[in-house]
Order: sequence, then structure tokens, then C-alpha cells
Amino acid sequence: MNEPVVTDEIPLTLPLRDSEVKELTLGQSIRLSGTLITARDEAHKWLVETFIRPASQPSPKDLDILAQLRSLLMGGAIYHCGPVVEKKAEGGYRILAAGPTTSAREEPYEAEVMQFLNLKAVIGKGGMGLRTLEACQQTPAVYLHAVGGAAALIAQSVTRVVDVFKLEFGVPEALWVLEVRDFPAVVTMDAKGNSLHEQVRAVSQIELQRLMARNQ
Amino acid sequence: MKDLHQAILELVRQASLELPEDVLDALKKAGQREKDHSPAQMVLSAIVSNARAARERSVPICQDTGTPIFYVKYPLGMSTRQLREQIRASVAEATRRGFLRPNAVDSVSGLNSGDNLGGEDFPLIYFEEHENEDLIIDLLLKGGGCENVGAQYQLPDHSIGAGRDLEGVRRAVLHAVHQAQGLGCAPGILGVVIGGDRGSAYAASKKLFLRKLDDHHPEPVLAALEHRLTEEANQLLIGPMGFGGLNTVLATKIAALSRLPASYFVTVSYMCWACRRKRMILSGETIRYE
Repeated sequence: MNEPVVTDEIPLTLPLRDSEVKELTLGQSIRLSGTLITARDEAHKWLVETFIRPASQPSPKDLDILAQLRSLLMGGAIYHCGPVVEKKAEGGYRILAAGPTTSAREEPYEAEVMQFLNLKAVIGKGGMGLRTLEACQQTPAVYLHAVGGAAALIAQSVTRVVDVFKLEFGVPEALWVLEVRDFPAVVTMDAKGNSLHEQVRAVSQIELQRLMARNQ
Repeated sequence: MKDLHQAILELVRQASLELPEDVLDALKKAGQREKDHSPAQMVLSAIVSNARAARERSVPICQDTGTPIFYVKYPLGMSTRQLREQIRASVAEATRRGFLRPNAVDSVSGLNSGDNLGGEDFPLIYFEEHENEDLIIDLLLKGGGCENVGAQYQLPDHSIGAGRDLEGVRRAVLHAVHQAQGLGCAPGILGVVIGGDRGSAYAASKKLFLRKLDDHHPEPVLAALEHRLTEEANQLLIGPMGFGGLNTVLATKIAALSRLPASYFVTVSYMCWACRRKRMILSGETIRYE
């Protein structure tokens, strides 16, 4: 495994172009600016069951939300996150804490969602599996890893809450449209089929076997 | 009974917003051990900056403020019914003020209650009467990401070569850490219970997170195993957030419970680096937090 080195931070602005996405490599530290949307467990299930593999015709209200999501997410990014949100007295919202949630739970949905919405980046923590890695090559897109638990730090990069969809899912599960400036993350799955998570898993598997071989 | 709403609200605020000193120190030391300019070092530096930002901006350390677990030791004669009411009211108020995220979801309807009150067991409260005149409330906030990587083994387990002895315990724990990779927000803390039944063991494994990171089990053989498990977990090179690196586990805490002849469970609870614990002590008229 080539040990990744944290480079100078690369500024990226949403929407992302395919050429920018393809150049990103493992371990690169980036600062993302623009508009992204939070989407976690309920949102992924809703997208797949309502639009991608629907059992019935989507409601006009859902179709309207989809149209808005499509336009906001053109070349865009979704963020696996369930924030802590303050409702301001004067109206509107403020994000207090907004670290990433574990992405692996979205593995059954993500490849389809990425292709359906033509996403250029998925942001979360813990990395994702081989289907998502393949989708990163095809779309093309990257997986960006935010520091889990660094919720106060990341909230500082949120400059505005633009909108919220599906608030009936509850605050953590709603789709929050956020304007961010210099959102910090690291590329851990690139558009060329490389995954830092696969590399670390392989190394730790060898170390585990070594420790298990020792018996006392 | 004394009105403790404000005091308990303050307990929740401090637990959610302030990382304990011993945890912060361990994270700083971990950063010094990682290679310069490595992703692992970058993660640890962000974690330390985050703790500062949370304090300064008066916002939660992590957006997943977890399951609030209260451990209450009360003196003879104090009403646990009234204590429960005050704790629940304070949790709801803490949620309104943004110290906690609304986290109680009805498992059948999928609805979030919006105030962190969900049936009798959310928040989770344990009561224990003690001889002392003080009221002591420990609060632990345990996030969902690390809760999801907890694991329970039933020994013997042929698949990992684990028999019913401390060597088997060692194998089960290392297997659990490897399975977790970075998903529990490494570097984490391990709460390991040997024995008990399935329920008592998980409950006891979480209570271990109230211990300070640098203390040791009083039994030398278990103290040695705690030390060894931390060392060996770090040899797995999973690293902070699973980015690779030398710090996967900050500390291991072990408890041994009596078991049935038929059962030999090894239960591993994982606490993320954001190990949020706070204690409130009411002594006479004075209240202090530690």
C-alpha cells in the first residue's frame, strides 16, 4: 500500500466538472464550497422506493421535490449527515453541529442514487463498498471522508441553510440544503477504482492473522 | 424534593459540549505518535480543534448526541419517581436548546418524538440507592455509529479459534476491532465484559466507559489483559477514522461477571473518540460537576 500523504488543501467548488473529479487521488485533502444536500437512511430509502424502483406512481409533491433536488444537485454532492439544527426566532434555521454519519448503511442504495442524480461526490464517514466504488468510476464521482464527530468544526463551514425537504422524516433524517464554504474532507475513494478503506482493511487483515497465529 | 431541573440541564450541556480532559489529553498524545502529514495526524488534529470549537461556540461536540444513559446513585428516602421526572424534563429542555439532537425514533412508525423522550427507556436511567447522603448522577452520551459496531461472542467460537479462556477473550476482542475498522469513529475505547448473560453483559460493558482512560483493573491479570488488548488493537494499523495509522484504540476496560456453566460470552462495546461522560454531585446544597 502506498502511504497517502496529506497534501496542501485543494479548493473545490460545486458543481464539480468530470475532469476535476477524475484528477482527485487518495489522501488528498480538499475544501469544498457551494451547495450540498444532506441525505441519510430515510432519504436514500425514499429516493430508491419512490423514484428509482417505484411500487406506485410518485405523488406530485414528491415529483416537485425531485425536480428541485435534480437542479440543486447537478454536478453536486450529498452528505451523509443528521445535523443538530436550531430554529431561529426570526425564522429560518441555523446548523449547530453537522458531522458525518456512517456511510456503509447506504451501500445498498448509493450506486443507484449516484447514477440517478448524477452526483459527483458523496460525503460521509467510514467509506463504502465495492458497488459504490464501481459507481464512482462510472459516474464519475468521488467519496469524500469528513472527520467523524468533528461536528462543531464542520458546522463552522456551513454559511446558510437554503432549504429543507422532507422534514417529516425528523430533523436528523430530513434533506437539508446547505451552503458551505471550505468544508474540510479527504478523498478516500477516487474515480479510478482506488479505495483507502480497501487498502486499510487488507493491511489490518494481515496484522490480525499475525496476532491470531500467536497463541498463549 | 429539591428542584434539580437546572442542575441536570447543566449536566447535559457539559456532557454534550465538553470533551473530558483525560480523553482530550489521550487524543493529543495520539496525534504526536502519528507520522507527520499523514491522514491519521490530520484527523487527530481536527478532533482536537473540534473540541475547542464546540466549547467556544457552545455547540455539541458531535451531532449524534447518542442515547443519553444516566447512572443515578441516590440516598435513602429520595424519590426515584421524582428524579426520573426531573431528568426527563431536563432532557427535553436540553433538546429544545440544541444541546441534544432529537434522537428518539419510534421503531414501528418511524416517527421522531422531537424531544428525546421515547417510552420508559429513552433516555435510559439506572437507579441505585447508596449509603452516602450525596446524589451522584453520571451521564454517558453514546452515539449510534459506535453502538452499531458492538459485538457479542459465544465461546468456544471455532471460526476465530477462541476457546473458553482469556486467550479466547483476546481473540474475540481483536476480531471485533478488526470488523469495526474505522466505523465506530476510531480511535475508540473498548468496554469488554467476560461472562454474564447477553443483557447484563452489554449493560455492564457500557458502564465501563465511566472509568478514566488511565486507570487499571484492580485484578493484575485483567489489568494486564486491558493493556495488551490496547497494544495489539493498535497493531492492526486501522488508525483514526480507519485512515490507517498507529492509534486505533485509546484504552480498553474489562469487567468479569459470573456466568452460567453453559454460557461464556465475550461482549465488546465500542465507544467513539467522542467519549462524552460527565458527573454531577449534589452534596447538601452544593452542586459540582466533574
